[in-house]
Amino acid sequence: MSSVPLEHILFVSTALFFIGMYGLFTRRNLITMLMSIELILNSVNINFVAFNKYLWPGKLDGIFFTLFIITIAAAEAAVAIAIIINLYRSHHSIDVEDATEMKY
Amino acid sequence: MLLLALIPLLPLACFVVLGLFGKKYFSQSAGWLGTLVLATSAILSLYTAFNYFSDSGKDNGVYQAIVPVQLNWLPFTSDLSINLGILLDPISVMMLVVVTVVSLMVHIFSLGYMKGEERFATYYAFLSLFTFSMLGLVLSSNIFQIYIFWELVGVSSFLLIGFYFNKATAVAASKKAFIVTRFADFGFLIGILVLSYYSNTLDFKTLIERLSDPASAQSQAIGAASFLGASALTWALALVFMGGAGKSAMFPLHIWLPDAMEGPTPVSALIHAATMVVAGVYLVARLFPVFSTNESALMLIRYIGIFSAFFAAIIACTQTDIKRVLAYSTMSQIGYMMFALGLIPATDGHAAGFTASMFHLFTHAFFKSLLFLGAGAIIHYIHSNEMRDMGGLRKLMPVTHISFLIACLAIAGIWPFAGFFSKEEILHAAYQSDKPIYFIALITGGITAFYMFRLYFNIFWGHEQKHSHAHGEGPLSMKLPLILLAILSLVAGFIPFSHYVTADGRPVESHLDLLFSIAPLLIAVTGILLAGWLYKKANDKPARLAATLGGLYQSAYKKFYIDEIYLFLTKNILFNLVGRPAAWFDRHIVDGTMNWLASTTGKLSVRIKGLQSGQVQSYALYFFGGIAALGVIFIYLWK
Repeated sequence: MSSVPLEHILFVSTALFFIGMYGLFTRRNLITMLMSIELILNSVNINFVAFNKYLWPGKLDGIFFTLFIITIAAAEAAVAIAIIINLYRSHHSIDVEDATEMKY
Repeated sequence: MLLLALIPLLPLACFVVLGLFGKKYFSQSAGWLGTLVLATSAILSLYTAFNYFSDSGKDNGVYQAIVPVQLNWLPFTSDLSINLGILLDPISVMMLVVVTVVSLMVHIFSLGYMKGEERFATYYAFLSLFTFSMLGLVLSSNIFQIYIFWELVGVSSFLLIGFYFNKATAVAASKKAFIVTRFADFGFLIGILVLSYYSNTLDFKTLIERLSDPASAQSQAIGAASFLGASALTWALALVFMGGAGKSAMFPLHIWLPDAMEGPTPVSALIHAATMVVAGVYLVARLFPVFSTNESALMLIRYIGIFSAFFAAIIACTQTDIKRVLAYSTMSQIGYMMFALGLIPATDGHAAGFTASMFHLFTHAFFKSLLFLGAGAIIHYIHSNEMRDMGGLRKLMPVTHISFLIACLAIAGIWPFAGFFSKEEILHAAYQSDKPIYFIALITGGITAFYMFRLYFNIFWGHEQKHSHAHGEGPLSMKLPLILLAILSLVAGFIPFSHYVTADGRPVESHLDLLFSIAPLLIAVTGILLAGWLYKKANDKPARLAATLGGLYQSAYKKFYIDEIYLFLTKNILFNLVGRPAAWFDRHIVDGTMNWLASTTGKLSVRIKGLQSGQVQSYALYFFGGIAALGVIFIYLWK
C-alpha cells in the first residue's frame, strides 16, 4: 500500500486543481463552471486525505475536513443550481456574459 | 405684582394673537384690539407710577430700586446665572409711563392714519411687539436682559421701517438702520462682557453697588486693568456708550435715523422720536452711578452729546422733507440729554445733569411725538413729505395747526411750555459745570427755535398751494391724540421733576432763576422772529441767504457728506481691502480644497470603474491572481 509515494498523489491533486481552474476561467456555461469548482474542491480533498495519511497517520483531522468539504460542496451545488435555474428563467440563458446588469 | 408683569406681557400676547390670526380674523378689528390692550397697559403703568412715587418706592424719603419679580432663567453655575426680572426705580417707572402713554397715542392715531391699509393687522402686531420689547428694556433688572430687549427693539424697528416693503428706499433704510445699530450693539456686547467679567455679576443693582464703590475689590480690579493706556472701566463704559450712541443716533452713528423716516409716520413718532431712540440715554442713566465715577467716560458722553446736538441742528435748518427736519431735531434734542448726563456731578454729590436729562427725555417724548403725529396728519392730508408742497394750511387744519404750534413752542423752549423747564434745567446744570458747553447749548437752542419755526411757517403760512380737498383734516382718532399730547406738552413742565427723579433717589428742590432764563428765552425768540421774517410770506430772502452762504449751505444740505464718507469707507476701503481678499480666500482656498478632493475622487473612480466588469470570471481571476501574489510574497519575498 505504501508503495505509492506522496509526491505522486500531490501531482494528481495539483493537476486536478489546475484543470478545474482552467475550466473555471475558460467556460462561459455556468453548469460547466460549477463542475470546475467541484474539481477544485476534490483536489483539495485529496490533499487533505493524503497529508493526513502520510504525515500524521495517528490523527483524523484531515479526514474530518474532507467530510465537511463534501457536505458544504453538496449544499453549494444545490444553491448554485437554484441560482442557475432562476437565471435561466429571467435571461433564457445560462451564459455568464449575458448577466452583466451589475456592471458599474 | 402680577399686574406689573402684565404691563409688558399684554402687548406680547396681543402680538402673538394678531401675528398668527390677525389677517384671518382681525383684519378690521386689529386696531381696536391693539388699542384696547395698550390702554390697559397704560392704565396699569400709571397706577404703578402713582403707587411707586406716592408710597411703595419710598424708604425714609429716598426712592429705592426695588425688584418685585425675579426669575432664575439660566442657572449655569453657582456664580453665573442669568435672571429675568423687573426693576422698579424712578427712571424705569418714568419710562414706563412715557412708553405706554406715547404708544397709546400712536395706537389711537394709527386707527385713522393706517385705515384701509392692506397689512393693517400686521402693522398693529408689530406695534405691539415694539411696545413689549421697549417695556421689557425699560424694566430689565440685569444687563443681559436689557441686551435681549435691546436687540428686540432693534428688530421691531427694522420691521416697522421696512413696513412698506415694496418700496425700495424703505427696504434700504430698514437694512441701514439694522446694520448701523447692530454694529454699535457689538460694542455694547463687549462692554457688557467686560463689566460683568470684572464685577462678577450681571444684575444691575449688584453691579452698580460693586463698581461705584471705589473701595470694593471689583472696582479696584477693573480700574487697575488697563488696555492701550485707558483703564478697563473706561473701555467698558465707552463701549456701552457706543451701543447707546447707536440706538440714540449720536454722531457718528446717526446716519440711520433720517433714513428711518421711510416707515409709517406714527411709527416714527413712537420709535424714532419718543421711545426707542432715547434707549441709549436710558442705558447711560441706568448705569449712571458707574459712569459718574469715571471722568473720561463722562467727557466722551459730554462732547459727543453736545457735538451731535449742534451738528444736527445745523443740518435741520436746510432739510426740506418735514420728517427729516424732525429726525434731525430729534437727534439734536437727544444730544442735549446725552451731554446733560455727561456733566460732572457737583461736589455735594447731586447730579443736576442727570435729573435735567431725564426731565428733558420726559417732556421731549410728548412734544416730539406730537410733532411727528402732526406731521403725519399733514402728510395724510397733502400726500407729500416735501415742504414746498405745503403752505397756508392753518385755516384748513386748525386742530393740527394749534397743536403743532404748541409743540414748536415747547421744543423752542418758550415759557410756559414743557420744553422750557427741562431745557432750563439742562442749561443750568451745564452753566454750573462746564461753561463752553453751556454756550454751545445756548446757541443750539436758538438754532432749534429757528428751524422749528421755519418748518412751522413753511407748513402753515406762506402762500396757499392748490389742494384737492377730498377729505377734511382727519377723523377724530387722529385729532384726539394731537389734542391730548398738546395738553401734556403744556402741563408736563410743571411737574416738580427733581422731587421724584434724581441720581441717588433723594428728592431735591430745583429752583429756576428768572435772571438766568433771560438769555435762553431771548435767543429762542430771536430764532423764531428770524424764521418768521424769512418764511412767513413767500419771498426770495431764503434763496438769497442760501446763495450767500454758498458752500456751507450746500454741505449742510448734503448732511455734511457723512453718508458719502461712510459709503467711501465701506465700499472702497472695507470691501476692497477686507471683503474681496476674504471672498477670494473663501472661494479658492476653503471651497477649493473641498472641490479638489471631490473632483480627484471622481476622476479616480472613472479610471478604475472598468475593473468592475460584472463578469464573474474576471473577478475570479483577480481573486486567484491576488492569492498567487500573496503566496509569492509570503513564500519567497518575506524572509
